[in-house]
Amino acid sequence: MDIKTVYARLNKVFRDVFDDNSISVTPKTTANDIEDWDSLEHITLMNAVQKEFKVKFTMKEISSMKNVGEMANIIAERAK
Amino acid sequence: MKELEYPFDSEYIIKKRKSLKRQLLADGSKRLKKKIAVFGGSTTNDIVVYLDLFLLDQGIEAEFYQSEYAQYWQDAMFPSEELLNFAPDMVFIHTTNRNILNYPTTADSREQVDKMLEAEMDKFRQMWEKIKETYHCPIIQNNFEMPFYRLMGNKDCSDYRGRLNYLTRLNEEFYKYAENNEGFYINDINYISASFGLRQWSDPSYWNMYKYAMCVDAIPEFSFNLANIIKSVYGKNKKALALDLDNTLWGGVVGDDGVDGIQIGQETGVSQSYYEFQNYVKSLKSLGVILTVCSKNDHENAIAGLNHPEGALKPDDFIIIKANWENKDRNILETARELNIMPDAIVFADDNPAEREIVRAQVSGVAVPEMDSVENYIINLDRGGYFEVTNFSADDLKRNEMYKANAERMAQQASFADYGEYLKSLEMTAVIDDFIPVYLQRITQLTNKSNQFNVTTKRYTPTEMEEVAESGEYIRLYGKLIDKFGDNGVVSVVIGHKSGEVLDMDLWIMSCRVLKRDMEFAMLDRLAERSKAAGIKTIKGYYYPTAKNKMVKDLYGTFGFTKVSEDDEGNSVWELSLDGYEPKNRFIRVEDNSSIINN
Repeated sequence: MDIKTVYARLNKVFRDVFDDNSISVTPKTTANDIEDWDSLEHITLMNAVQKEFKVKFTMKEISSMKNVGEMANIIAERAK
Repeated sequence: MKELEYPFDSEYIIKKRKSLKRQLLADGSKRLKKKIAVFGGSTTNDIVVYLDLFLLDQGIEAEFYQSEYAQYWQDAMFPSEELLNFAPDMVFIHTTNRNILNYPTTADSREQVDKMLEAEMDKFRQMWEKIKETYHCPIIQNNFEMPFYRLMGNKDCSDYRGRLNYLTRLNEEFYKYAENNEGFYINDINYISASFGLRQWSDPSYWNMYKYAMCVDAIPEFSFNLANIIKSVYGKNKKALALDLDNTLWGGVVGDDGVDGIQIGQETGVSQSYYEFQNYVKSLKSLGVILTVCSKNDHENAIAGLNHPEGALKPDDFIIIKANWENKDRNILETARELNIMPDAIVFADDNPAEREIVRAQVSGVAVPEMDSVENYIINLDRGGYFEVTNFSADDLKRNEMYKANAERMAQQASFADYGEYLKSLEMTAVIDDFIPVYLQRITQLTNKSNQFNVTTKRYTPTEMEEVAESGEYIRLYGKLIDKFGDNGVVSVVIGHKSGEVLDMDLWIMSCRVLKRDMEFAMLDRLAERSKAAGIKTIKGYYYPTAKNKMVKDLYGTFGFTKVSEDDEGNSVWELSLDGYEPKNRFIRVEDNSSIINN
């Protein structure tokens, strides 16, 4: 999947999960940039992202992602 | 809200949880407020998020207390100031097979495993008893789901050293406790996890990363199942099932195909599916669900279809049959009026999406499950949890009996010229006495449910009722009425508090089920007797009008009280001197608690 589509769809998921239409994610976005993104919301977010792209992250991937860019790269590589 | 009704899209709910909550809160409806404490053995945050949504959708606005991570035992046994001040109306204990401290090993003897099991049970039992003592409120406890691996393979379930075997035995012990303790309910996660798919449910990454005992996808289903118990406890169950006929209770259209042409019975797979559905519906009736028909048909065709020799349901099974060409929303509203229930207590089952849409749009609060194909009818009705059974009151189980008994009483009434003769023929016996523990839950429930025959509309929480029951400041009576057609259960509650030689009445309620049976006079006689014995000279009654309690505006007047005052809003105060009180009940034989305790 091309990376532009990945970001467009990721952005939609972020807006849904955090119920905030002003969100615009970039490769550098981290939990510090979004007010409601705490460890509990993180679980919901991971779940929604995996559903959106019909991919399953491994435990190791989830625990090593540092920002949205790393997440998007995994998705771009794996999602059809 | 359609998005939150079964079968719902969990993925959508997970993603849209925040906006769903916003929409629910913005609909301006008035909801029941309840405080629920969640004692978790694993992370409970998301469980509470979805529980909140499903409860809001069922008309319950809950405030939650959640234990710190995995502190369920400590919270229950050594409640903090915060928790005590919170004073929950209900406690939910979210434990799972991850919370078992000791599992049997292959080195253990049978006796050691038995001891281990007893110790585990003691821990839970102590906790439940402590909660009951502290909050006097209903408890919901998870049973155990099966573990995600089987060390011994198939033998794990039958060998006493197997985890499956151990968990199954623990579950059995939980059920025994539930059987013997009113107000204790099992949240059957063993079933829900199996139905969801244990493999996915128990994905260990959710435990290892987030300390969730189940995968996040499964949480909406988990919470929905839990919400069904809660709304059932708070009287939000549906009461009646209104069924379409053609292509709902049988295949085909009886008006076109004729009775011989409809599909019902054992001949084909399709007719067997309809037969199975009819059987399911018939079983619902035995739970106290009122069955009615709502069908666009000529009346005689409808009856002919229901009399099909291969069908499981017969016209007699339905309290009301609306088979006509009126719009279905009007028929549903009329059904509600005739049954004397609210339209939102009805579930409407119809295979036609257009009819479902009209009813959903026109009748506020009515439940309209998807009925897309006959093989899904049972599952969609069943999982919807519309008629979830909780043992809070045995009345639900007896509802059909009561309806029938009422019909018989009415028939008998018609055959008597004199109403007094009729009352005599009912051979009524009442138990009227001070509260006893076995009825306390029913008594509390009645104070929260009665709207019409209720002079003060004072509500009591279980804790408040417990305090009333234990205090020497009150004169309390409950009344239970039995007649030759059946036991009506506890139907009346009276509470007054003593101030010197005066008894101020806090509460006088009665179930409308026993109107015009002279039960209120039997209660009054007993009240007068008990008051005199306590040195009371005067009873003061109060009437506070609401939208619903007009029928008791003059209750104290009919009792022979004198009206002392009445303000502009219609609040009135009444007085009765007990000097020379004459008993008023003529038709009911009255007994006291010894008749119950001795039995």
